[in-house]
Amino acid sequence: MSTRNIVLISIVAFILLLGGCGCSGYNGLVQKDQNVKSKWANVESDYQRRADLIPNLVNTVKGAANFEQETITAVIEARSKATQTTVNANDLSPEKIAAFQKAQGQLSGAIGRLLVSVERYPELKATEAFRDLQAQLEGTENRIKVSRNDFNAAVQDYNTSVKKFPMVLFSGLFGFNEKGYFTAVAGSEKAPTVDFNK
Amino acid sequence: MIKQLFTILSMLACSFAFAQIEKELPTKPSPPRLVVDYTNTLTADQTNSLEQKLVAFDDSTSSQISIVIVESTGDRDIADVAFALGRAWGIGNKEFNNGILMLVAKNDRKIFIATGYGLEGALPDAIAKQIIANEIRPNFRENDFYRGLDEGTNAIIEAIQGEYKAPEGYNEKDKKGVPGIVIIIIVIIIMSIIKRGGGGGGHYNRRGYHRGSSMWLFPGAGGFGGFGGGSSSGGRFGGFGGGSFGGGGAGGNW
Repeated sequence: MSTRNIVLISIVAFILLLGGCGCSGYNGLVQKDQNVKSKWANVESDYQRRADLIPNLVNTVKGAANFEQETITAVIEARSKATQTTVNANDLSPEKIAAFQKAQGQLSGAIGRLLVSVERYPELKATEAFRDLQAQLEGTENRIKVSRNDFNAAVQDYNTSVKKFPMVLFSGLFGFNEKGYFTAVAGSEKAPTVDFNK
Repeated sequence: MIKQLFTILSMLACSFAFAQIEKELPTKPSPPRLVVDYTNTLTADQTNSLEQKLVAFDDSTSSQISIVIVESTGDRDIADVAFALGRAWGIGNKEFNNGILMLVAKNDRKIFIATGYGLEGALPDAIAKQIIANEIRPNFRENDFYRGLDEGTNAIIEAIQGEYKAPEGYNEKDKKGVPGIVIIIIVIIIMSIIKRGGGGGGHYNRRGYHRGSSMWLFPGAGGFGGFGGGSSSGGRFGGFGGGSFGGGGAGGNW
């Protein structure tokens, strides 16, 4: 047996080994990818839930005598922008996630400003309809927070696998690209919280 | 390169934030209990009376309502702590996610009622908020924590009563650690001893009056299954079932 054969055999063995690792890694990635997608579905439905609450919120607030119109308009506009910014579950790239987060963050800000204005209408604040709406809004913000955390954890798990050897050699080939995270709460993105117990 | 570094950093930050809240949580009580008071606000009798009520409710519906009283949640939002704690302890059953956690942070004067996924329909956030406003806050303001929790849990029970029924054999689930036949033999032996000695067969102990039940002789018997997801048939809590939470519920202060 010549050295050439030995070299050839070891090259073939190396390729087979890599392929084997790649295969099991591939299956793992498929699973993690699915997990990220299902967590994304939860994020989307929680944001949708918030968008669905807004017409109700707007109507309740409109009922109050001469409630400032521009605050209401800002919420309606931010809502329509946020619902237009959708992300396909097959393309959760960092850029797409960031754009989604930005649009939703603007809506958060608009809702927050609306709730602050409500402070100036004590008779509106005291109605049961508004209190219930307030509880629903708070609950929705909490759900968004939880589903975003779960999504981030799933993405972290996925991204770590994508970048690990030997998968890093194949992930691009199979179309497993890095996915984006939601970033930490900053100013405008902060959940609108208004203390109604005072 | 910078982008990659940034990703790695944000990944680290992410896992760090996640691990941290888990670490700060109080450990799961052993033996398992539904009412856990880390502040000694409630007397032993009050704790037991709440525990008995909630264990009985778990036995009949498999819905688990847990009360946890802590001094403070520190810098953390009480809602975040409640969801993390509910998940970590696994309040409610894995299948139905029918757990409720009433987390009280005494020094912060804050309470949060977290509802598991499976009870979000029966106890909507607005109702949870109303329960805090009507049943809990007025009593807590008078420093009557027991009454607030008692009336609060009554209102919750009323709301979620019909949502789930304990599945067939729910009470026996937790005994899988010991073959059923052994328990039956032990019970028969005990029963015959009681019959011979006691006459009437009734006994008082600190858990109340027990007629012909043998469980009080075996305080450990109810816990055989550990955290396997059942509850006991003898007035003891069998363990949390692995339920999950998704941000449902409402909070308030007093």
